[in-house]
Amino acid sequence: MTNSLEDLAEADVILLTGTNTIENHPVIAQMMKTAVLSGKTRLIVADPRDISMARYATVRLRPRPGTDVAWLNGMANVILSEGLADERFIERRTEGFDAWRESVERYAPAVVERLTGIRPADLRKAARLYASADAAAIYYAMGITQHSTGTDNVKAVANLAMVTGNIGRPGTGVNPLRGQNNVQGACDMGALPDFYPGYQRVSDEAARAKFSKAWGATLPGTPGLTVTEMMDAAGGGAVTAMYVIGENPVMTEPDASHAAGALEKLEFLVVQDIFLTETGRLADVVLPGAASVEKEGTFTNTERKVQRSARALEAPGEARTDADIIFDVAARMGSPMPRLSASGLMDEIASLTPSYAGIKYSRLAHGGIRWPCPDTRHRGTRILHAREFARGRGKFHPVEFIEPAEMPDEEYPLVLTTGRMLYHFHTGSMSHRSAALEEYVPEGWAELNPRDARRLGISEGMPITVTSRRGSTRTHARLTPRSPQGVVFMSFHFGAEAVNRLTNPALDREGKIPEFKVCAVRVEPGASG
Amino acid sequence: MTGTSIRINGKRVSVYPEARVLGAARDLGIQIPTLCDHPLLSPSGYCGVCVVEDRASGTLLTACNTPAAAGMDIWTDSPRACEARRRTLELILSDHPESCVICEKGNACRLRDLASAVGLSLTSEKHVGRLYGINDANPFIHRDLSKCIGCQICVRACREIQGAEAVEFTDLGVRARPMTSADTELAGSACELCGLCVSMCPVGALLEKPGRHAGTEDERRAVICPYCGVGCTLELAVRDNRILRVSAGVEGSVNGPSLCAKGRYGLGYVGHPDRLTAPLVREGGELVEASWDAALSRVVDGLGRAVAGHGPDSVAVLASAKATNEENYLIGKFARSVIGTNNIDHCARL
Ligand code: SF4
Ligand code: SF4
Repeated sequence: MTNSLEDLAEADVILLTGTNTIENHPVIAQMMKTAVLSGKTRLIVADPRDISMARYATVRLRPRPGTDVAWLNGMANVILSEGLADERFIERRTEGFDAWRESVERYAPAVVERLTGIRPADLRKAARLYASADAAAIYYAMGITQHSTGTDNVKAVANLAMVTGNIGRPGTGVNPLRGQNNVQGACDMGALPDFYPGYQRVSDEAARAKFSKAWGATLPGTPGLTVTEMMDAAGGGAVTAMYVIGENPVMTEPDASHAAGALEKLEFLVVQDIFLTETGRLADVVLPGAASVEKEGTFTNTERKVQRSARALEAPGEARTDADIIFDVAARMGSPMPRLSASGLMDEIASLTPSYAGIKYSRLAHGGIRWPCPDTRHRGTRILHAREFARGRGKFHPVEFIEPAEMPDEEYPLVLTTGRMLYHFHTGSMSHRSAALEEYVPEGWAELNPRDARRLGISEGMPITVTSRRGSTRTHARLTPRSPQGVVFMSFHFGAEAVNRLTNPALDREGKIPEFKVCAVRVEPGASG
Repeated sequence: MTGTSIRINGKRVSVYPEARVLGAARDLGIQIPTLCDHPLLSPSGYCGVCVVEDRASGTLLTACNTPAAAGMDIWTDSPRACEARRRTLELILSDHPESCVICEKGNACRLRDLASAVGLSLTSEKHVGRLYGINDANPFIHRDLSKCIGCQICVRACREIQGAEAVEFTDLGVRARPMTSADTELAGSACELCGLCVSMCPVGALLEKPGRHAGTEDERRAVICPYCGVGCTLELAVRDNRILRVSAGVEGSVNGPSLCAKGRYGLGYVGHPDRLTAPLVREGGELVEASWDAALSRVVDGLGRAVAGHGPDSVAVLASAKATNEENYLIGKFARSVIGTNNIDHCARL
């Protein structure tokens, strides 16, 4: 997030898109709802599904799945043609405006309606509300990024914030909501193929020299493979061994049967986790890990805040923390690493990572610190880009609407979109084993619009089969107008339904994020599949 | 400050423009008993327990919702105030079921606390209590509205903090109680089962189901929620290496008093019998338990063989969006400096 949860409620307008916030980030939804109910904040909700947050919206847009660039450009089009742009901000803080302006000229409201289904009057209302606010913030999540055009979507979001000058002040910003509790931290710490900690590039010679020296090894300079590329490489034989820690790619990768098949081809697979996951079942060695409450450490939340978490329990049996296990493996491989405590490790991280340089355990006792935190007297950064962007001027990136990689056709006439729900989490390996949650929602379902259901002869609760070009899965039908016509929604928390047998592995070109939000399916009554 | 000043129990205090009598007293260190006032919620005046006497005007008033006005001469424990408070409490108790002995709210019940402070016991005077079915159709929240004292803390909390407006207080005379808009069960209503109202209920009308009979903890530990990226702080009540209960409200946390159902009720997995407690290695097609020594040898052998045979880039490492920063850092350091590959990623790119 460019901004912080502390200044969220200072927004006069919040544009929410691609986030089912009440279910996926409930406590942030709580902050938004109370901001709306207090009368301070007005809400624009842009989502194909009729998510619960829509109840709080002043303006409601329901674009067809996978058409985000079109309506985002359309908002910009209205803002420009109605003179609502922030000329001063554009002049002083940005570049590339003219080329971009030309590109959005093609997205007049009538054109956008054809592409997205959004009525011109609604698009105009949303654009005016967003652009006229003193402080307007955009919040988004995987509904924006999990598309083959995900990076374009994010650029279109950023363009909208820049053209209205909604950057760098309280209550504004471009604010992605992170899914898991430490996605932000995993990225910050360089659990990425192209970055060391703090987004220092592995291809940058100076950075490589610095880390080679600190870690006492000559480090490779070419970026590695992303997770989806790893699966392909495993299937093709270029990767022969994998070490999987606390992840379950068999469930989370798109086209899950492909992922499982690829992992089976490996000569060696070691999986380290707290449960025997679907991925663990394929492993040669499974190492028992400690749960997060069984170890001391820090997590970085979606607003960049580094927070300490105490060790509350002993790990069961012989389970051990990931750190202890890694220390052992490294030592046995002949390259021992100093066995530091969590706080000692943070000191090492701080010494190598400018944005974490001022983070020390002793400073985190009464609440976290948001990075960048360049030294131990710095209080952390509430709002990014307050005076300038990291790269100097903010660049407008022209982006064009491209259809999702797979569109409905005669054989697969419906769009499947996937997501999460309030009472479960991710693959469900934790939430299904928490008795109260599991009792409340023991199984998954598919949400269908009642009209589609009627046409298909499907009634509430009926067993159904959902089939895509890649596979087929059984579940139960729930008829609800939350799903627009032509759209089926499923969550991916339920192993038995393994919705990722259906999804399309088409990757976004730059972000390398799979298109979980759109694929073509057909739905049939009965559990025939 | 352009001081409005009032006297409380003979002491002079200057107050903020918006201050209420109850807050002004609190600033002086004088606690006025109340059931319905909560520092995080708007004042209401529903319970009437915070009654005090203003000798300047000769009136009794409820301290929680009366603005502190210049010249007031407040006496919090004058005989008139005490008598009025006692009568109010008597009335509330007369309507309250006699289940204190078995009620799990136990010592934490504010009604019981206040009643005994003024020398009332539950049986002093008994009218017919209100009876409601116990609303039990969800695994998180136990609602026994016969114990409801009408303080409306839950209604205000749900509206003012949670923003869900899932319950409202319906005016049905003696049957008045907080209920969902269609008087349905919480499950399936606008209720998000966040548990905030339960954590604030002063009596035993709302109780948490998980951890209900767990008893008292030895210690409390603040951890970051293992689920989503909001980063709420959970306070775990722990005894015998078990989590008894989860609560919010830790100083410096992002979530204040709030949590969602996952954070509050979703930590059962930690103690689940499915937890892996020993390494497993594949022998003849089956995963069987092994010693750490044997398992680690296999790991070192398997990774080492790949590096030796096909080069470091034949190895790929997945770190975890659930692991700590320090562990992710170590895993990256391991992949890059020990194995010698940049093939490291995690499964959730946002
Ligand atoms: S559990 Fe949460 S949402 Fe439900 S009534 Fe209580 S405060 Fe409202
Ligand atoms: S309590 Fe709920 S909102 Fe808070 S971090 Fe946990 S899952 Fe997210």
